[in-house]
Amino acid sequence: MEVPILKQGQVLIATFQAALSDADLKHLRIGLVEQVVRLRSRGVIVDVTAMDVMDSFASRTLREIAHMIRLRGAETVIVGIQPEVAFAMVQLGLTLEGVATALDLEEGLAYLNEKFKTTN
Amino acid sequence: MAKRQSSTQISETANRRGVDLTGSEAPSELLRELVAHLRQNRTQLREEWVSRISETRLLTAMTKEEIFAEATSVYDSYVEALETETFEALQAYARNLSERIIPRGVETHEVVGIVLLLRDVLARSLFAKYQTDFKKLNRILDAYEPAANRIANTVAVGFVQERERVIRQQQEAIRELSTPVLQVRERLLILPIIGVIDPQRARQLTEQLLRGIRTNRAKVVVIDITGVAAMDATVANHLVQTVEASRLLGATVIVTGLSPEIAQTLVTIGVDLGKMNTVGDLQGGIEQAERLLGYKVVPIAEPR
Repeated sequence: MEVPILKQGQVLIATFQAALSDADLKHLRIGLVEQVVRLRSRGVIVDVTAMDVMDSFASRTLREIAHMIRLRGAETVIVGIQPEVAFAMVQLGLTLEGVATALDLEEGLAYLNEKFKTTN
Repeated sequence: MAKRQSSTQISETANRRGVDLTGSEAPSELLRELVAHLRQNRTQLREEWVSRISETRLLTAMTKEEIFAEATSVYDSYVEALETETFEALQAYARNLSERIIPRGVETHEVVGIVLLLRDVLARSLFAKYQTDFKKLNRILDAYEPAANRIANTVAVGFVQERERVIRQQQEAIRELSTPVLQVRERLLILPIIGVIDPQRARQLTEQLLRGIRTNRAKVVVIDITGVAAMDATVANHLVQTVEASRLLGATVIVTGLSPEIAQTLVTIGVDLGKMNTVGDLQGGIEQAERLLGYKVVPIAEPR
């Protein structure tokens, strides 16, 4: 399943669909970084609003994505984690440590814009 | 007084009454005789029971009139249960009675105590009535004891079940009272927690808070636990999880009002304090939250 990636100025927005297989996630990991390189983006928003469950593989992949993108000098924000999903994640010890998070797309963009100002 | 009757005398008596001749009546016949005796002597036995109740200082939460009224109902239900050998009606009555007396502060040992007293009072009256015929007394007791024990059991269990129902109801009410999530500024929520937190309440708190963060689009949450005296390691872990889950929704949590005991618990269970943003009191917590959100509070004019 293709994950749509949209460009919004210097930010890329990847919107996760509900049921992503492990293969989809691996595919996305490479694809997203390639896009960051090609388009010289400074920030990436991964929107997981549609995900109703987050397992350890998905969580680890998100952290890897964020780290790989940071190596390209760009910042990643995960947005749209649902309350029930957040609760389940912390109970499993999946805290997405070291990765920025925000409530939704609007907050994610606001966060990145702040970041861009301070790193200019 | 002759304690033994000749077998002919027994047969004659039996013949006169038209029952079987073996000298042992059918159990139901015995029960009928027993119940008749208890009904005949109702007033006297009931009074004796009530005076035993006040002697042993049970049911002190109730007035004499109330005790008398309830005693009448209990006595009649008791005798009826003996007579019909069915206990559903008694069970229903026991639960109904419990519903009435539990709010008055009547305790389990009192209810069990008075039922056992009634059992004793009735047994004694049987001893008195059949004292000249030991064999008959034994047969009467054979009929009476299992039924009386079943009655005591039914009433006690009914009372305890009602008590447990009330406790569950109260716990539910407490949980609902518990925790309002309050918005005090744009993007700032306060969660004041008061009382005892058990794992179930902690879970409910977390769910409520996360929903509140999403609804109010909060960026900072101040959780105040001044009103919480102590928490065990399980609940402390829940608190840490609440902080982590809130972060996943993009909100920062400031915990305020930790008592020395709770601070000790957190240190003992090895909470990573780097993950926990804590401030002494609620006022300090709100001030820090305002700073994080970019607010500054200044007086408009000199206070008069």
